[in-house]
Amino acid sequence: MSADPLSQVFSALADPTRRDMVARLAIGDATVTELAEPYDVTIQAVSKHLKVLEHAGLITRRRDAQRRPVHLEADVFELMTRWIERYRSLAEDRFRRLDDLLLDMSDDPGPTQPSEQTEKGTAS
Amino acid sequence: MTARNTHETEIIVDPDLPLVRIIREFDAPPEKVFRAHIEPELFAQWNGPRRHRMETDHFDCRTGGSYRYRLVSEGVEAGFYGSFHEVRPSKLIVQTFTYAGEPDGVALERIVFEDLGNGRTRLTATSLVDSFEGRDAFVATGMEVGVREGYERLDDLLAR
Repeated sequence: MSADPLSQVFSALADPTRRDMVARLAIGDATVTELAEPYDVTIQAVSKHLKVLEHAGLITRRRDAQRRPVHLEADVFELMTRWIERYRSLAEDRFRRLDDLLLDMSDDPGPTQPSEQTEKGTAS
Repeated sequence: MTARNTHETEIIVDPDLPLVRIIREFDAPPEKVFRAHIEPELFAQWNGPRRHRMETDHFDCRTGGSYRYRLVSEGVEAGFYGSFHEVRPSKLIVQTFTYAGEPDGVALERIVFEDLGNGRTRLTATSLVDSFEGRDAFVATGMEVGVREGYERLDDLLAR
């Protein structure tokens, strides 16, 4: 599963400068020059970062305006959050089963567990 | 169904390190939660996604031990294996985790059993891999199993 969309989004956001830019764009659209301002980097370097973000589908460049402001695609973000939520709910499923099992388990360790006694009563 | 003990599972996807952390509390003492992790018959009862059966090839949960099991669903099976690096009764399990379909990939997992008193335990399971791509694939694994529409919807969105 190389270059799957989620990985592209995650790896685009793995860079602190790009995360910063995304945070800035969450407030509102901005031009490349505006985005470059807070950093000690060239416009080309900023453009490079934007290309990665654009490739991941996180931003788009408007064609209608002459300044071509950069726009954050909030939907992609929201979707990513939902993916993590899915992962969470899978873990939750598993743990609900563990909850049930823990209720059914007897309190004393079974005979199948010889290694456990060795450290019983160890001070910590 | 026990409505009383439904605790929220918390997931932390770290932006700076390729790790995923899962935090969950249980209404059982650490000794019990620990047993449910180290005894293969117990572990098989809750591990893996729903509608999957865990078949254990071997499971020797002690320091220096190893494990190998398969998750089987409707004739399709996925193998997993790893080594137990450190097993400290009722406190800690450090292990490696590899999906047999991708033998070059390995996650380092650290499971901490924290005694909260009054017969309660906080479990913190951290999985660390060696690249963000690997971590994202790890998070995406959840989607692979039965929830493909996640991918498809993202594909649709990105194709717009």
